[in-house]
Amino acid sequence: MSFSVTEPSRRQKWIAGSLVVGYALITLIPLLWIIATGFKSSADSIAYPPKVVFQPTVEGYVNLFTTQTRMGEDLRAEPREDLPWYEQLVREKGNTIVGASRYSERFFNSVIIGFGSTFFAILLGTMAAYAFSRFRVPLKDDLLFFILSTRMMPPIAVAVPIFLMFRNLGLSDTHAGMILLYTAINLSLSVWLINGFIDEIPVEYEEAALIDGYTRFQAFYKVVLPQATTGIASTAIFCLIFAWNEYALAVLLTSGTAQTAPPFIPTIIGVGGQDWPAVAAGATIFLVPVMVFTILLRKHLLRGITFGAVRK
Amino acid sequence: MAKVILDQVTKTFGDVVALDNVSMTIDDGSFVILLGPTGAGKTTTLRMVSGLDTPDAGEIFIGDQPMIGLTPAQRDVAMVFQQYSLYPHMTVRQNLEFPLKSPILKTPQSMIDEKVEAVSRVLQIAHKLDNKATALSGGEMQRVSIGRALVRSPSIYLMDEPLSSLDAKLRADLRIELKNIQANFGQTLLYVTHDQIEAMTMATHVGVLDHGKLVQFGSPREIYENPVSIYAASRLGQPRINILPADLFKGPVPDGAKSIGLRPEQISQGTGEESFVTRVEHLGDQTRLHLKFKEQDLITVTNAHTSLQRGETVKIRPHKPFFFDADGARIA
Repeated sequence: MSFSVTEPSRRQKWIAGSLVVGYALITLIPLLWIIATGFKSSADSIAYPPKVVFQPTVEGYVNLFTTQTRMGEDLRAEPREDLPWYEQLVREKGNTIVGASRYSERFFNSVIIGFGSTFFAILLGTMAAYAFSRFRVPLKDDLLFFILSTRMMPPIAVAVPIFLMFRNLGLSDTHAGMILLYTAINLSLSVWLINGFIDEIPVEYEEAALIDGYTRFQAFYKVVLPQATTGIASTAIFCLIFAWNEYALAVLLTSGTAQTAPPFIPTIIGVGGQDWPAVAAGATIFLVPVMVFTILLRKHLLRGITFGAVRK
Repeated sequence: MAKVILDQVTKTFGDVVALDNVSMTIDDGSFVILLGPTGAGKTTTLRMVSGLDTPDAGEIFIGDQPMIGLTPAQRDVAMVFQQYSLYPHMTVRQNLEFPLKSPILKTPQSMIDEKVEAVSRVLQIAHKLDNKATALSGGEMQRVSIGRALVRSPSIYLMDEPLSSLDAKLRADLRIELKNIQANFGQTLLYVTHDQIEAMTMATHVGVLDHGKLVQFGSPREIYENPVSIYAASRLGQPRINILPADLFKGPVPDGAKSIGLRPEQISQGTGEESFVTRVEHLGDQTRLHLKFKEQDLITVTNAHTSLQRGETVKIRPHKPFFFDADGARIA
């Protein structure tokens, strides 16, 4: 059978192009605004009308990473050429750096908890999805529905029982606790998504591998997994984005050791007036890992589903 | 290389009986071809032997070892799938190497290279070795799929219509090649096909399956010359055997005979009763005659250089015909 698709006209292309550009602008403007605000001075960040062109400064970033205090008159008078550039920047405002802020710790917590829970959600989700897809699991449909049903309410709805459980189990404010929690929440998504992708992979490949002298697990590892990368990669991105951005449960369950960046960033506002550039700087840096992760996995997302060498 | 025995193997899928009490002995070094229409249980038989499916009842032995409960890998069988099932994320070479690199065989690389080289030459895919498996034509995929079995020396080769997508020339080449593997290297093959030329030219034994039952098992000549039923007789022979009412021709008819079966060579031409030629097909090495005899259509073969024309008459007479009863079973 042959069919032809008419080449879109110039005008149609132009309309399609402007729609895409328009949509990209709408989604990108808040992002660009945050990045820009991070490089503004405090005064510029709250100027009205808003400033699009401004004198960039890294003040916001310095404030984000440091704890500062007002200097006494005597210290302020004393010029100190030997101090590093960021000290100089702070001194101009009459402050001095007394130590590092907690931001980098919180950021690192986010990395551990975000990537850790994504790893476990994908590991467990892939194995569960494979079992659901390939083996005769008793009550399979009911189990799958049950797994999906955990997704039917907002996670915050169970915040109180989780809070009590975590307190009794000693999981409050621990990395392990947060990884466990986010893994549990993401698992329903990962099982369902990956199950769909594995269902698409014809079972004949594994049968061929079984005949070729491999065990079930080796066949899974060598034949199924390479073909499921597209699905696994996109699922991983979804899981990471959820765990990375999660705010409500993080506020509730973490306060010190295991606090992630989302509950921490708003607290910057309170330190020494409304320091919007520091908040924006914190948000900008917070965006980077998810962006990098998505870009790294992009080729798997775009590759699409492979057309297999199985005759239908 | 091993003898394979199926002992009263039964398999059902839901309400469908795929195999019904099938017993069969595949001798070491034999080439057994299973014949039967779609749904007769041919592929199911292969899957039972391979271990991809397990029988509901019955036993399977390979080399006198009971196989029930063993995985395909433990059975050491090689299989060519009807759907090819090439690994799409690998190149042709990686596909061919895959079975040799299995944890069971762990072949050294030098020997892998040698075998892949040899097999790809036989199958005429040497120039495609570094292509992705998905970037091949149907016929090429099928050859790679055969190659993936041939790189090994398993206890038995299981092949599910392995030549169905190939062109006539390649098919003829590979028929010789597969026969050679059995005849000269003593390998054992269990082979499924619809193609009667494959069955006649390669098989040492043919098994005829009908709705999961093994209705006849024997050499191709035996099944051709001495079929047990209309069904078995219809599996082999081209043109197909003519099945006509038993009393159509003059002459003795055994008691209970409902139909008479006539292969082309069982129809003597030149003597007997008159029939009309309705069609003449010149096939080159033979000529087929479509005849009308007492309102019945039949097809036979005649001299390649016949001068017979449509509308002419030819006298025909049965010669050592088969007789079948009302159930289609052979009675004479």
